Amino acid sequence: MNELARFAFGVLVWPGLLGAAALGLGYLWLARKGLARLQGRRGPPFGQPFFDLVKLLGKRTVVPGDANRGFFYALPVSAVAATTFALLLIPVPGNLIGSFPGDVVLLLFLLEVPVFCDILAGYVTKSIYGQVSAMREGVLMIGYNVPFLAAICAMAQHAGSFSLAGMAAAPQGVVTLLAAVAFLIAVPARLKSNPFSIPNAEQEIVAGAHIEYNGAPLALFELSHALELVALANLFMVLFVPHAGALAFFAASLALVCAVTAIAALTARLTVARALRFYWVWGGLAAAASMAAALVS
Amino acid sequence: MSPLGWLLGLARRKSPWIYCAKAGSCNGCDIEIGPCISPRYDAEQLGVLRQGSPKHADILLVTGPVTMRSRDALLAVYAQMPSPKAVVALGSCPATCNVYAGSPTVDGPLSKHIPVDVWVPGCPPRPQQILAGIARAAELLGSGQTADQEKEKVAA
Repeated sequence: MNELARFAFGVLVWPGLLGAAALGLGYLWLARKGLARLQGRRGPPFGQPFFDLVKLLGKRTVVPGDANRGFFYALPVSAVAATTFALLLIPVPGNLIGSFPGDVVLLLFLLEVPVFCDILAGYVTKSIYGQVSAMREGVLMIGYNVPFLAAICAMAQHAGSFSLAGMAAAPQGVVTLLAAVAFLIAVPARLKSNPFSIPNAEQEIVAGAHIEYNGAPLALFELSHALELVALANLFMVLFVPHAGALAFFAASLALVCAVTAIAALTARLTVARALRFYWVWGGLAAAASMAAALVS
Repeated sequence: MSPLGWLLGLARRKSPWIYCAKAGSCNGCDIEIGPCISPRYDAEQLGVLRQGSPKHADILLVTGPVTMRSRDALLAVYAQMPSPKAVVALGSCPATCNVYAGSPTVDGPLSKHIPVDVWVPGCPPRPQQILAGIARAAELLGSGQTADQEKEKVAA
């Protein structure tokens, strides 16, 4: 297969749009079902997030009068595009696109794009709830990136390489364990699930940054959330699960989704100041421990 | 019917998101909506999610006889819902104004202002009946038979 066909396959099928969307919507269903079961409910039927997505795609879109039309449509599209390309960089089983030096830096940038799109969406739609949500998301981002970036940097230092393939091939050790802990601390906030569902707190600020979004643009935001979930699960698997085949890949991803769901069911939402303090104290400790282990060993 | 249209109809039937609007009700019907989304009746089995913004909703649940104070807000909420949409009138008040009929501050019934697709009678209706009403409205959405969809067909 030539380079272009491999790239097209990567973007459209696996690990890009189609495969990751199917996987991500499956994870979202599992999270909703698990949450319902833990609350003593029956939960949604299989494939519910897929039906939600199709239904939203088939609705008419209403653009708020004082929002910039171009921005309104561009934000969800760029969120989906950035996450798709982020998925492409992670060397999961079946990814035909090779790793290159420094790809982890590009990956970290692409993973931040949907967050910025959310923040801008809050401001662009001129809704007061959206603006509160955007502010909260910005503050939360300053928090969870402390352990998240430290985990990646520690792994890079440990592997002596800034390519994901190099980091995946690094031997397992204390550094891997500490970095995995720091990474896991950051995951619930990255996914905006309880106790860090602060930017999308539906009982307080209605629907967060997406409040004025509807129809297809809202569907694209939901899709980018599903893809983000897959990207985080893939990244976790590649960095911290030793020599993973396809089976270990699924097991690690499912375990991650179940853990996040259980935490979401067991906890109540924190205030934004407490969440920030949690990430700067406990996330900071995990970050310092993993960086110290990486520099010493 | 094209496969895409079939899929869209299926998705509309299986994913009814609701928005509850209170048009001057006595709270009886609103209280009965609570159990629908709690563990005993769990509307999420039908794919129902309660939304805080009318822009995310497919089905508008209206309670109350439509008072003069709530009328404009109700019309604004209905106008903000993107098509296709369905309206479910909960209880006797939106249908007949019930015990509030003849009051100078009541501007009912609901069908005077917006087209209603499903009537759920009762004072208040039981949660099972409310769920059945939502399921019926979702079916109408799926088969393109709501008043809103019929109006668009005529316009097109």
